[in-house]
Amino acid sequence: MKLELGNIHVRDLAFGPVSEVKENTVVIDQQALIAHLTELDHRIRSLELSIAKPGDSTRIMPVKDVIEPRVKVGCEGDIFPGRHLGEEAMVGEGRTHVLKGMAVVTTGEIVGFQEGIIDMSGPGADYTPFSSTLNLVIQCEVDDSCNQYDHEGVVRLVGLEAARWIGRLAEHVEPQEIETYETKPLLEQAAQFPHLPKVGYVYMLQSQGLLHDTYYYGVDVKGILPTLMYPTEVMDGAIISGNCVSACDKNTSFVHQNSPVIYDLYRHHGTKYNFMGVIVTNENVTLKDKERSSNFTVKLAKQMGWEAAIVSEEGFGNPDADLMMNCAKLEAAGIKTVLLTDEYAGQNGESQSLADSHKSADAVITNGNANQLVTLPAMNTVIGHDRYADVVAGGFNGSLHEDGSITVELQAIIGATSELGFHTLTTKAS
Amino acid sequence: MTIKVVYYLNQFFAQKGGEEMAHIPMEVAEGPVGVGAQVNTMLKDKAEITHTIICGDSYFNENESLCCHGLQEILAQLKPDLVVAGPAFNAGRYGMACGTVAKVAHEMGITTISGMYPENPGYELFRQYAYMVETGNSAASMRKAVPAMVNLINRFIDTEGEMGSPEEAGYMARGIRVNFFAQKRGSERAVDLLINKLAGSEYTTEYPMPVFDRVEPQPPVEMLSTAKFALVTSGGVVPKGNPDHIESSSASKYGEYSIQGLECLTEDTHETAHGGYDPVACNNNPNRVLPVDVLRDMEREGVIGSLHDMFYTTVGNGTAVAKAKEYGAEIAMKLQKAGVTAAIFTST
Repeated sequence: MKLELGNIHVRDLAFGPVSEVKENTVVIDQQALIAHLTELDHRIRSLELSIAKPGDSTRIMPVKDVIEPRVKVGCEGDIFPGRHLGEEAMVGEGRTHVLKGMAVVTTGEIVGFQEGIIDMSGPGADYTPFSSTLNLVIQCEVDDSCNQYDHEGVVRLVGLEAARWIGRLAEHVEPQEIETYETKPLLEQAAQFPHLPKVGYVYMLQSQGLLHDTYYYGVDVKGILPTLMYPTEVMDGAIISGNCVSACDKNTSFVHQNSPVIYDLYRHHGTKYNFMGVIVTNENVTLKDKERSSNFTVKLAKQMGWEAAIVSEEGFGNPDADLMMNCAKLEAAGIKTVLLTDEYAGQNGESQSLADSHKSADAVITNGNANQLVTLPAMNTVIGHDRYADVVAGGFNGSLHEDGSITVELQAIIGATSELGFHTLTTKAS
Repeated sequence: MTIKVVYYLNQFFAQKGGEEMAHIPMEVAEGPVGVGAQVNTMLKDKAEITHTIICGDSYFNENESLCCHGLQEILAQLKPDLVVAGPAFNAGRYGMACGTVAKVAHEMGITTISGMYPENPGYELFRQYAYMVETGNSAASMRKAVPAMVNLINRFIDTEGEMGSPEEAGYMARGIRVNFFAQKRGSERAVDLLINKLAGSEYTTEYPMPVFDRVEPQPPVEMLSTAKFALVTSGGVVPKGNPDHIESSSASKYGEYSIQGLECLTEDTHETAHGGYDPVACNNNPNRVLPVDVLRDMEREGVIGSLHDMFYTTVGNGTAVAKAKEYGAEIAMKLQKAGVTAAIFTST
């Protein structure tokens, strides 16, 4: 599969009478977008749009998902495929336009416990990658007939459809740059660089239940057997987030679209190694599922002739067991393994960091200690509801102070300890 | 500008006398004393030891809470920029005292620099509260220990407290994980690591695997019909409304709640505070996580002797292992005191 990504750099985001991309400014007709989204589900009680820009004194919370507007151009397939009838075509080929530098952010009443904070300025801004994007924030509230499952489903749909709607504005815009990514069919790919070691990526997706589900072509990955994927498929939204594990290490749909291990593996593809492809696997709760999925993962890796692999985790605790199982079995099969995780080392960093370990895990990238406390000063504007500060994962009784400032663990900040390695936070011994 | 240092010494190194003077209570002297004078000279223009706290080793260890209180008052009054304690070498009581000084200072936001022999219990127990250089096991190594401590003090001053890693700065590992922003993002570092591992060249993990405690399973309960059972859970089941505000992640406490006279839990009486799993099934029927209903049946049928009136609960989600260990030890003590002979631990 060969995919051309055309980046259109968004310099500004504004509301206006006509939706368009004009001279690097994305203009959105609020009424038209709200009308489009309202039609999606009769249980939507209210929809409100706002714009949050880097440097603004603005806090967005509780955030459910962050999504990048993209559109397929002149080829088959749809962004975020597989969810609706008629949209089952494979993606990852052809051409895709990207509105680079902006994001759709969904917020509203809390669904569970695990939704996070984006601060557009101040100390909190350093910890989230989404303080540097121009954000169209959708506050979506649902009616009382919705249980938690319905609530999550409705807000997920609203976010994805809004991103698609905005993405379409870029269909006929000339991109400023075009990046090309290609992975050939297995035998051809192996033949292309016969003297380079074959490597791959094991992409672990959170699949533990409500607020812990991830979708591949619309399928809840709880029910999949590990499967092969062309790396370019994620760039068209083949993987979407339906989950809120702790906000810090939840992989938002935006981060899947920009899946950093995939992009960074492509950088040395054909020079240092032969990047053969991706195995999509899950993190289910039962031992038999963990054993089965890790066995399938190793089988596929051997089938593709990998000599080395990067494995990334989503979440923590229970999935640490999947991470270690994948590592131990890959290493036992002679496949050199590098892991990406984050740490829960206690607020003072004094505890051991993982819930499981294995001696073969000797090459680990850590993306930070999620328990570290941070105080976020009050902001002039809060989009959403800050009253949930005390109950989100990472908050505690008294997190929200009277003056509007918040003291929480980094856990509560979206993307702070991204286990896909999207951000630069890390941890060292002291 | 010079920084203000308060020094801590025991009776021996403060030249008050040996073991026969180990009973002397805490006192404060102005300026440097004993080894402090040498340190003060070596730090000239950069730091000044304004006061020295002196205490007998026996007195300190036998009156620990009194000494902690005294230290708090002294440090609050003197407001030093840095505390220096020891070196304690392999003197156990002195090491404990230096470590306790560091802990008190740490709680007040003041850094402590010390020196110890790695096997001194003061290192193992208090290493997270101080930057300690490694010393020999006796005062014979004073000539090496003092310059090493002075180097560390200089580094503290020069870096404005950003000490860097144990290897860079020359202190013994504190067992602490500290966050910082790296030059490259995580995925890029992962690819670099992969390239090095593939090439067979040297590579360094960013997180060496921890050594886990392995708890041996206890022998089975032989006579269920006479055993007193307790229910313990990390699944976060709490009385409705979560009265003690147990956190949905990274719990700072555990709860102790009565189930006396309760036949079962219902969605009106209990819920889960846990933020790490789908709460719907538990909230609809909390017995699924804390099986009071079934244990009451077994109690009635005589299968088990009795069910303890209290249950213990916390949230396992994101809770540091060190905290969990602390709660576990306390809960075990309480169960033992209550005459509980078997416990069912449900996790989620």
